Amino acid sequence: MRDVAIIGIGCTKFGEMWHKSFRDLFIEAGILALEDAGISGAQVEALYGGNMSSGIFVEQEHVGAIIADYSGLVSNNIPSTRVEAACASGGLALRSGVIAVASQYHDVVISAGIEKMTDVGAEKAIDALASAADREWEAAVGATFPSLYAMMARAHMHEFGTTRQQLAQVAVKNHSHGALNPRAQFRNRITIDMVTSSPLVADPLRLYDCSPITDGAAAVVLVPAERAREFTDTPIYVKAATQASDTISLHDRRSLTTIDATVVAAHRAFKTAGLQPRDIDVAEVHDCFTIAEIMAIEDLGFFNKGAGGPATLDGETAIGGKIPINTSGGLKACGHPVGATGIKQAVEIVEQLRGEANKRQVDGAEIGLTHNVGGTGGTVVVHILSR
Amino acid sequence: MTVARFWRKIPNRYNLIGTKCENCNTYYFPPRLVCPPCRRNGIIHEHQFEGTGTVITFSTVYSAPEGFAEMTPYVLAIVQLDEGPRLTAQIVCDPSEINIGMRVRSVFRKLGEEGPDGVIYYGTKFAPM
Ligand SMILES: [Zn+2]
Repeated sequence: MRDVAIIGIGCTKFGEMWHKSFRDLFIEAGILALEDAGISGAQVEALYGGNMSSGIFVEQEHVGAIIADYSGLVSNNIPSTRVEAACASGGLALRSGVIAVASQYHDVVISAGIEKMTDVGAEKAIDALASAADREWEAAVGATFPSLYAMMARAHMHEFGTTRQQLAQVAVKNHSHGALNPRAQFRNRITIDMVTSSPLVADPLRLYDCSPITDGAAAVVLVPAERAREFTDTPIYVKAATQASDTISLHDRRSLTTIDATVVAAHRAFKTAGLQPRDIDVAEVHDCFTIAEIMAIEDLGFFNKGAGGPATLDGETAIGGKIPINTSGGLKACGHPVGATGIKQAVEIVEQLRGEANKRQVDGAEIGLTHNVGGTGGTVVVHILSR
Repeated sequence: MTVARFWRKIPNRYNLIGTKCENCNTYYFPPRLVCPPCRRNGIIHEHQFEGTGTVITFSTVYSAPEGFAEMTPYVLAIVQLDEGPRLTAQIVCDPSEINIGMRVRSVFRKLGEEGPDGVIYYGTKFAPM
């Protein structure tokens, strides 16, 4: 195994991109990443594309080939592979690319993520997302994705006294970060009152507790660390790329207030990198719902169990706080094109570690972490990146 | 979900029939054909559950996809059956009635339907005891 570095990043604007197709989006992200890396398409040896549900969203499967084709990369007949793990598809595409380079199979690899969600109506999109849960024993009895996280929220409030206000502050904080991010779907600041008076989706979660339906794509270029300086003066090194699985159904989990796959993937990542949670300067975590961010910052080891809500309300996870979380705006404000999210998280952390995050910059950030969850925690992917 | 896919599991959905591993005395609902601790050493038999259990957590669903939208708001919960396993089910009660720790028993009810002229699905819900 050899060390791996990220030498290029690209990300589209996130949002309802009516004027852009599935193909337009990944082409844009890929070209931005290649330009940032200063390489030509001819140098790319392999491609991994994270995508959750193109079959439902754009009625197209076999998108590995399409991505290579329309990116102009089939002239060399490079291997191009679609990677799927629901909302963790992007993180898994990154990990797949890292493994390909670390194992010496390839030297120059693109890991990308793409989801075009707004070509179908909201009901169909909600149903597609429900397929990240257990279709037979959760969705078939009326469980929706928000209701599964709502049941985690209820259990967390019951066990630890987490409050409605603390949940709301996650959304308020992430919107305040998104307001500073030109790529974000939502750039408006909101208040706790706006969250707690928004329509109920699945009690106790309301509309402003939920990440939106989003179009977007992102890409990164990976090379062996020993070659990174051939391409850039600011390589970002991959210190760990770990993954863990758990039961598909929420009801079969050991705990409803801890995502065990997060705990395990994080433990493996910190062990691999030889680091501790306190060494992390900035993190992008999977806030598909407000409760998900509170559980993530606890399960990753940044805060004790039950302390995530109070820490959020105290501003410890805002830019300028003890451990800034979701400087991009997170899934809540930057948007959540499911297959692209895991790569976007890496793009944000690379910008932070390069010192290129402008108004979102965390002073002196040297080590960052990304945390990408599939479904309600059936798959978790964690990356640790460093300058 | 297609008709065939739903009907295949009708005995389980209608009558709360799951499985039990006779090797380690663990009960499974939804049914499992592989006992995770025992794997190939497991001895799996069908098991009819009593249908009594306790609410572990819950939510009231206000926004639901087609097939369930007509029934909103409805109460959804994770129920722990007295034999041990947990499952996700609707609770037949007013949203203000439910709480964590509430005792419930299984009832046979309409689960959902596919459009106004479509198939009606039945299955197990739970009601306060
Ligand atoms: Zn067994």
